[in-house]
Amino acid sequence: MMGKYVEKEALPPPVSTSGPIAWVRDNLFNSPLSTILSLLTIYLLWNIIPPIFSWAFFDANFAGDNVDACTGTGACWVFIKVRLNFFIYGFYAEAERWRVDLSFLLLAIAVVPQFFDKFPYKMWLGVASVTLLPLIVGTLLIGGVLGLPPVETHQWGGLMLTLVLSYVGIVAALPFGVILALGRRSEMPTVRMVCVAFIELWRGVPLISVLFMASVMLPLFLPDGWDFQKLLRALIGITMFQSAYMAEVIRGGLQAIPKGQVEAAAALGLGYWRSMGLIVLPQALKLVIPGIVNTFIALFKDTTLVLIIGLLDILATVQSSIVDPAWRGVAAEGYVFAAFCFWVFCFGMSKYSQALERKLHTGHKR
Amino acid sequence: MKKRMSVLTGALVATAVSATAAMAGTLDDVKARGELLCGVSTGLPGFSLPDDKGNWTGLDVDTCRAIAAAVLGDAKKVKFTPLTAKERFTALQSGEIDVLSRNTTWTHTRDTSLGVNFTGVNYYDGQGFMVQKALGVKSALELDGASVCIQAGTTTELNLADYFKLNGMKFSPVVYDTSDQTVSGFASGRCDILTSDQSQLYALRSKLDDPSKAEVLPEVISKEPLGPLVRQGDDAWFNIVKWTLFAQINAEELGVTSANVDTMLKSENPNVQRLLGTSGDAGAKLGLGANWAYEAIKQVGNYGEMFDRNVGPKTPLQISRGLNALWTKGGLQYAPPLR
Repeated sequence: MMGKYVEKEALPPPVSTSGPIAWVRDNLFNSPLSTILSLLTIYLLWNIIPPIFSWAFFDANFAGDNVDACTGTGACWVFIKVRLNFFIYGFYAEAERWRVDLSFLLLAIAVVPQFFDKFPYKMWLGVASVTLLPLIVGTLLIGGVLGLPPVETHQWGGLMLTLVLSYVGIVAALPFGVILALGRRSEMPTVRMVCVAFIELWRGVPLISVLFMASVMLPLFLPDGWDFQKLLRALIGITMFQSAYMAEVIRGGLQAIPKGQVEAAAALGLGYWRSMGLIVLPQALKLVIPGIVNTFIALFKDTTLVLIIGLLDILATVQSSIVDPAWRGVAAEGYVFAAFCFWVFCFGMSKYSQALERKLHTGHKR
Repeated sequence: MKKRMSVLTGALVATAVSATAAMAGTLDDVKARGELLCGVSTGLPGFSLPDDKGNWTGLDVDTCRAIAAAVLGDAKKVKFTPLTAKERFTALQSGEIDVLSRNTTWTHTRDTSLGVNFTGVNYYDGQGFMVQKALGVKSALELDGASVCIQAGTTTELNLADYFKLNGMKFSPVVYDTSDQTVSGFASGRCDILTSDQSQLYALRSKLDDPSKAEVLPEVISKEPLGPLVRQGDDAWFNIVKWTLFAQINAEELGVTSANVDTMLKSENPNVQRLLGTSGDAGAKLGLGANWAYEAIKQVGNYGEMFDRNVGPKTPLQISRGLNALWTKGGLQYAPPLR
């Protein structure tokens, strides 16, 4: 008599070789040294994380509207809450703040889709964000046309000022940088020398002295009545400075493209601009995305230096708020808030660049 | 090199001065613009600081508002430009601002070589000491061997060294970069005393967890008269800025306040009448309306009100009048008569 074959399910692997326990064993406790280090790390985290959480959340004060509401031992977020409008809008006229909100919204509409792969009209939104958007937002914020009352730039401040400075810096520095990088590699001596001189001059001085010259020395040389605004001076200074850096980053990419590419383009009958625009630059820019984004992030953080010419960006509004005698012991909260704002934007840029690198990855990467 | 730089700077300043001297009168500019351009600090408690709503407040701010009220009839018509210590004089020289009201010490060098004129003193400051009350020190002369927290800044350090040397005492300095660090150094006991300008000491004290545990000693070891300043070469504007502050000081002396200024219009006192423009031509002589001082007092207040509102005993700074009391009350605030 023959038994019938009954298929039995295979036994699961022993607990000790799969699942979380195995992961812990393989990664945290796989040797005496790593066991000691793991235990030490867990001990340190155990001591650091709970106090931070209880300071920032469990013991923190959220309700109220002045310093007396901060009775707990934790953070006094009331301070941030009360001052939030000042941190975001600076001195921007209260009735006109919707214009700043609208600008933030437009920026988000143009930029956020870039994070998603298959968003409809994504490319057009991207193009608009560097061409149309600065114009629309500029008109919106400055006003004076279409029935919008003008808001002078000296009233700008806080987060909106930080974003304006860095956005203009980023959008303007990239094309300038490309032109300077191409110019520096040009075979025409005049063009090359002008570009080299520009780059070495601006890269050779600290941003703080560029801003200081723009704000302190420039007005002395200008004829009377030529008082153009501080913000504009700062913007020009930042753009010049960042273009020089950007040019060198892009030049690094251009140098990595083999000469054969240019020769092949020439063999196809492409002229200089078309061979650069269609063959060389797309490859070069792709190579240096990390460098470009690095420069952008540095620029974003460098905008805090405008404090020394009396423009109150987000860090400066925080700093001038924590010295207010009406508030006591809120320095940590203020700086944590400013750091958080910077982190959000810098981390966003970093994530975007990583996504872009993956998308443009064509198999050359090791 | 240093000499060459100073020659260059001098030439620059001279150019700026000659350029601005050729400008039309500042008064006409302000009237045409409908706005006073006033330079203030980027944030100094009691003197110029943005409040929760982003409005500028402080003694220096009110000084500018009073000028705007006197010239334009509206204390709100001021455009405040926050300036750092380094760019303040250039901003004035280049015409970016009409008045600099930024806790600036009146010194010989500044008055004579920068192309600016100080118009008066809206706060008599001086370097002082703050100690923990627990130390039981009552005078700065008992401080031999003390460790002193100083905010980096050479005049403060030099004054301190001079004072201790003159009195044959020793000290060990503990230097910090920002006022936050200085006060936390003091609070954590890194030093026995903290030195800075007295107005700053009160601001720093208000930042302590328990301000009543610290005490500001009576000794003042340097003279720091703070006041507004204008460009050289426009005497009419200089007079306006100077006399607006004088009018506020005179108003306090005569008992005219923002609350009673309307009833004071009917006063029989000739001094009050001249001040408020019901008799005499004080306003016209300045090129302003007869109600110039009335508007300044009505909208901003007299000097005492301005002081009490921003730095006085009822504010977190809790500064007593001291040197800034009227001359009739033992202080130094003294204004020439309006006659």
